[in-house]
Amino acid sequence: MKYIDEFNDPALARRLLDDIHATATRPWAMMEVCGGQTHSIIRHGIDQLLPEGIELIHGPGCPVCVTPLEMIDKALEIASRPGVIFCSFGDMLRVPGTDRDLFQVKSTGGDVRVVYSPLDALRIAQQNPDRQVVFFGIGFETTAPANAMTVHQARRRGIGNFSLLVSHVRVPPAIEAIMQSPDCRVQAFLAAGHVCSVMGTAEYPELAARHRVPIVVTGFEPLDILEGIRRTVRQLECGEHRVENAYPRAVQDGGNRAALRMLEEVFTVTDRAWRGIGTIPASGWRLSDAYRDHDAEHRFDVGGLTTRESSLCRSGEVLQGLIKPHQCEAFGTTCTPRTPLGATMVSSEGACAAYFLYRRLDATAPRPEEATPVG
Amino acid sequence: MCLAVPGRVVAIEERDGTRMAQVDFGGVVKDVCLAYLPEIETGDYAIVHVGFALQRLDEESARSTLELFEQLGVLEEEFGDAWGRAAAEAGVAAAPEEDR
Repeated sequence: MKYIDEFNDPALARRLLDDIHATATRPWAMMEVCGGQTHSIIRHGIDQLLPEGIELIHGPGCPVCVTPLEMIDKALEIASRPGVIFCSFGDMLRVPGTDRDLFQVKSTGGDVRVVYSPLDALRIAQQNPDRQVVFFGIGFETTAPANAMTVHQARRRGIGNFSLLVSHVRVPPAIEAIMQSPDCRVQAFLAAGHVCSVMGTAEYPELAARHRVPIVVTGFEPLDILEGIRRTVRQLECGEHRVENAYPRAVQDGGNRAALRMLEEVFTVTDRAWRGIGTIPASGWRLSDAYRDHDAEHRFDVGGLTTRESSLCRSGEVLQGLIKPHQCEAFGTTCTPRTPLGATMVSSEGACAAYFLYRRLDATAPRPEEATPVG
Repeated sequence: MCLAVPGRVVAIEERDGTRMAQVDFGGVVKDVCLAYLPEIETGDYAIVHVGFALQRLDEESARSTLELFEQLGVLEEEFGDAWGRAAAEAGVAAAPEEDR
């Protein structure tokens, strides 16, 4: 517990850690689903403060990382067309498609714009009625309500030149897929707090019961994560497999009902490919038939693209928790944030980026403040 | 972009038939839609994601989360210069702001 003094409340952190150390009698492996949690864990060295044998496996919870290559290529194709204004969140700019990225499309004449909110893209559409404005709608359950409302408003306000390229993903089917993998080592989940702010916890009890796996809804601050781990270890040691909400200040069990109603109106659950992982049944959303007019895949003919993944990139195994980033041969050599082979190195929430940023090359790597800055 | 960021509601108005707010995220002020959190009032704190308020939050939690997200670079990612960051990552000079 050498570095615990840097926590917001070191005394409380110590109490939580003491409890974890006193409770754990065996090795346990738990997965934090959210990439934001991964970064918090690595930055604060939380994994190194835990009892030996308690392993945190980094999950697939980074929307930039799991957006399939085919969808990136479709985005690049649409963004390259004359008359199109292509709007995206900034963290998609450097995600590699088969042979280029959005940043390169912009540098070769494409009108690519970074927006803070999908509503900004809708405003751009309203201001440019002679152009087609396309918004790249990626993200988990936290982001989907924003995009759903934006399409709903486009319809209500008659903004016909606005469309959405949709690649939304859902967490519970990913948990199901991870548990069904023959290589699965995960014995418990720290669920992503902000996803649950929208969705609540209703989808989890059935998963927890069927796979006999504890699921603890967890926030992002170091103390939130320690509390999530503490509750998870307690359940594992007692042979329990319940859903617990360790982030009640931001998560109500019923979620955000207005957002859930809008999701149901605008989207339909669909099978979705996850980059590096493959297709997971019922793991995504597409626009429902009533909103098909605003579907960029329908509006622009972008079928039949040929995609080609890097043969060196092992981000799929990283996303499934099968290897740690530094166990990939390309990590830090041919694959860096400047020359990324996969999205896990590009995204600020990606596990490879976290390991690179904090120089976590192996379990005994120096802590961030001792490390030489990289990049 | 996946993480929602807490902020303080500083003003509320009706726009295009929708309740909108100005929300302060530790110095950066953004337009935020209140359609999913209609009961929120000026002075309240909320978790906001890509321009939409999702849940109310207490002030102390909001402040400590903002501090953490600043350390993690989340605020820079959410509100900073994405083109400049991408250019730096790509190892090329960033275009002037007006050309982007």
